[in-house]
Amino acid sequence: MRQDHLITATQLSRDDIEAVLDRAREVAADPEAYAGRHAGTMLALCFFEPSTRTRMSFDAAAKRLGIDTIDMGDVDSSSVSKGESLADTVRVIEGYADSIVLRHPSEGAATLAAEFVDVPVINAGDGAGQHPSQTLLDLHTIRENHGLDDLTVGIMGDLKYGRTVHSLATALTNFDARQHFISPESLRLPRSVRFDLHETGAQIREHEDLEEVLPELDVLYVTRIQKERFPDENEYHRVAGQYRIDADTLEAAPDDLTVMHPLPRVDEIAADVDDTDYARYFEQAHNGIPVRMALLDTLLENADPEASEGMEVDR
Amino acid sequence: MSEHELRVSKIRNGTVIDHVEGGQALNVLAILGIDGSEGLGVSVGMNVPSDRLGRKDLVKVEGRELSQSEVDVLSLIAPEATINIVREFEVVEKNRVTRPDRVAGVLSCPNRNCITNADEPVETRFEVVADGVRCDYCSTVLRSDIAEHIDV
Repeated sequence: MRQDHLITATQLSRDDIEAVLDRAREVAADPEAYAGRHAGTMLALCFFEPSTRTRMSFDAAAKRLGIDTIDMGDVDSSSVSKGESLADTVRVIEGYADSIVLRHPSEGAATLAAEFVDVPVINAGDGAGQHPSQTLLDLHTIRENHGLDDLTVGIMGDLKYGRTVHSLATALTNFDARQHFISPESLRLPRSVRFDLHETGAQIREHEDLEEVLPELDVLYVTRIQKERFPDENEYHRVAGQYRIDADTLEAAPDDLTVMHPLPRVDEIAADVDDTDYARYFEQAHNGIPVRMALLDTLLENADPEASEGMEVDR
Repeated sequence: MSEHELRVSKIRNGTVIDHVEGGQALNVLAILGIDGSEGLGVSVGMNVPSDRLGRKDLVKVEGRELSQSEVDVLSLIAPEATINIVREFEVVEKNRVTRPDRVAGVLSCPNRNCITNADEPVETRFEVVADGVRCDYCSTVLRSDIAEHIDV
């Protein structure tokens, strides 16, 4: 991967993706070989929105590489609450850290941040936009279970606002993957993602009912439908109920189906699925560590190739 | 057009933007950043008869020759526009507008949640795509309603 930042999945080629996933595989096989590799460097965790697992996953991945982390803390207690612009915030933080992980409620925030700093910026979620590091760990999970070609993927739930969906759907166009999108009509893919899919020539197959495609799927990627997307609570309960799965639903699924979810889930995957061979969402979450280690390693190497060669460099 | 129908006088030196879609003349001036404060002589004709367009607008700017890159952004709202450069009452150059690759600082993003709508020190920037424009920041695609989002 010859990128300075990771902002959207559209910037990633098949080679870029495979390079990170190959490295993630190496990390997973021999984590010790990567321990302390970036000792003496600093990563800033800038979360303008609440996050548990993404923040902890980047923190843990960084520390396993020997990277120290500094955390902006909650927005309420930071200078952002005093009205500071994002451009100013990241320019200040650039002086403290060698790379920045950014989550922000506005779409395009990571693109803007990357324009103002020279250190690598990783988009850890920008509003209803993109979440490309999640996509890398999603693809790693798919690759380890099925490979990434000759693949049929169903993506279900909130496709309109789900940033993990937007990044995954775009990234999958690099591979021989048939994509089915299953959602209520009001939560279909947004125009911006349709545009990217059309640009690559990908066909958009949309369904309102999972049963129509479940028997064909290699992967079912479930996302949460959020209550706040519906003006009426009764409507939310009616719609959300149609996009929940349990062990009974999956009786029609192929034996080797992989069920994924970016987590946190509420009740869209019933607990009785956890005990089936289909459930891969906890494995998927755990893959966040080797994949984010591989990503940080790659971006820091791109930013400063000489430093990554280690102490043996003859100066 | 006969003399008694002439609505807008000829200019000596400057630019005439002709064949602008009817009703878009003020948007043309807005995009070009011309609001009268520059002291330029500006004449605007709106909804005048046109063989090609039925009704058209035209804008004459006295004392300023607009460059091709300045006028190309007009292609978003006036794709049929012609640009005439006038010197000593003679048209010395006649060009069509061509679609630029990007437009910066001209349109506001219709996505209220886009970072460019959050008081950040950046100009909006849109990529010009086949049937509209696309925000470089949030990827929102804007098609038929471009003129409503002119913000200059």
